[in-house]
Amino acid sequence: MKILVCISNVPDTTSKINFTEGDTKFDSTGVQFVINPNDEFGLTRAMWFKEKQGAAVHVATVGGPATEPTIRKALAIGADEAIRIDAQPTDGFFVARQLAEVVKNGGYDLIIAGRESIDYNGGMVPGIMAALLDMNFVNTCIRLDIEDNKATAVREIDGGKEKIATTLPLIIGGQKGLVEESDLRIPNMRGIMMARQKKLNVVPPVDASPVSEDIKFEKPAPKGAVKLIDAGNVEELVRLLHNEAKVI
Amino acid sequence: MSVLVYTESDNGKFKKNAIEVAAYAHEVARQLGTGVTAISFNASDPDLLGTYGVSKVLNITSETLKPFNARAYATAIANAVDKEGIKVVIVSSSTDAKFMSAILAGKLKAGYVPNVVAAPESTDPFVVKRTAFSNKGFAHTRISSDICIIGVSNNAYGVSENRVTASVETFDPGVSEADMATKSVEVDKVAGKVTIADADIVVSGGRGLKGPENWGMLEELAEVLGAATACSKPVSDLGWRPHSEHVGQTGKPVASNLYIAIGISGAIQHLAGVSASKVKVVINTDPEAPFFKAADYGIVGDAFEVVPLLTEKLREFKAQNA
Repeated sequence: MKILVCISNVPDTTSKINFTEGDTKFDSTGVQFVINPNDEFGLTRAMWFKEKQGAAVHVATVGGPATEPTIRKALAIGADEAIRIDAQPTDGFFVARQLAEVVKNGGYDLIIAGRESIDYNGGMVPGIMAALLDMNFVNTCIRLDIEDNKATAVREIDGGKEKIATTLPLIIGGQKGLVEESDLRIPNMRGIMMARQKKLNVVPPVDASPVSEDIKFEKPAPKGAVKLIDAGNVEELVRLLHNEAKVI
Repeated sequence: MSVLVYTESDNGKFKKNAIEVAAYAHEVARQLGTGVTAISFNASDPDLLGTYGVSKVLNITSETLKPFNARAYATAIANAVDKEGIKVVIVSSSTDAKFMSAILAGKLKAGYVPNVVAAPESTDPFVVKRTAFSNKGFAHTRISSDICIIGVSNNAYGVSENRVTASVETFDPGVSEADMATKSVEVDKVAGKVTIADADIVVSGGRGLKGPENWGMLEELAEVLGAATACSKPVSDLGWRPHSEHVGQTGKPVASNLYIAIGISGAIQHLAGVSASKVKVVINTDPEAPFFKAADYGIVGDAFEVVPLLTEKLREFKAQNA
């Protein structure tokens, strides 16, 4: 089985978000970039397939040279090879189009991407890829088992979960649950040393036009001060929620 | 050039978000000077959508499409777009709608913008405001494709009545065998319980509750309020509560009218995930907990004393205002 894990290079979850150039660009000053958490759950599940079922695991990202530390981290965690499509990831459609090309040329059986990236929250890359490649697709996947070319997946739905049966080739939109938080791996020294020797292929993008563009950003309006209510006076809270906030 | 809205139903009944997206579609159609067509799957009361400004409903009746199937639904909606000459598709932000819409965007080569929180700022070209950076910011996004798909955030736009008479047509989904290659085997869903996505009120617990055995009081509070229950990331990581209740940056987003956080300190990732909620109440023993800075109302106190008392007072309030 040949697996491609699609990785997005995103600001660390603790990052403060600021904008620059007249609020038209994300300000990356002082921001630490990491593997998108939803992608990391997928990468870790891919490691399981590598170790238990002998899968080959490649990772791919769309981005400039600045994304290489994130790619190297994926290699240090245990991916065998990496591909960097040398282009700025302008929108979800553009990224999906680039990754679809990698899938087409690489003959992958299983493609794991994250449910969404935690920066632009588009949540569309795996779905667009599935449409472009005419492949089976399961989103918000919280469990995945593969036997021969049969896949059993569980996906999260609003208010519960759904078990799905399908076949390879398959695209997954992964998230927490695919593996547990405690299963995530911190690269060790040996992994980091080995990652330096692994192949990182830089490929040019295919011709594709983005279909959307963020023209301006803004931060949420600052919050007013909290109204504190004495613990012995909860009826006051009930009164405020009814009369002032009008939510009950 | 009509506007198409995908109205979701559950066992034939329209979901709350179906009404929200219909109202949003009506506003988009008003701006464009056109009408609204809805597409629904096995809806039992399709003409109800007339109340919210839908003048035509394409209702698909199909036994095989009774369980939701993202790819097959996308095919059917793409066929409707083609047949009706649609330029704008409006969808919700439910888990199913997001799953389906990405496939639809790929099929139609359409610009798809999810998490939209307001009516379009412009329709030529389309510019919409959406949340980004896990609710730590907003983006104004311009769509340049011929067809666009707008995903409306839950509970963001509101519902308004715009009565028209809806004509109902049966629509042939035109689904192929390949579309059905992903099969639903089993759905595990608690019946009759409000989901986080649909809830007006969410009651959420953190590590401050000390253990899963203490969730009873939180569930009681939720019951009195008709609320959904949720939890912080550490609580789901510890296995006290199921993953499906985890709200925050890597969990589910919350956009309820009222969010009550009990024993949750308010890590930046959690605050991001719940910031779209309109009113936030925090109950915590630690007055320095970061959540107090993000909340509208706060009680510094022991949840084990405050929560039962609050439940009791709310029960009295409900009895008086019933």
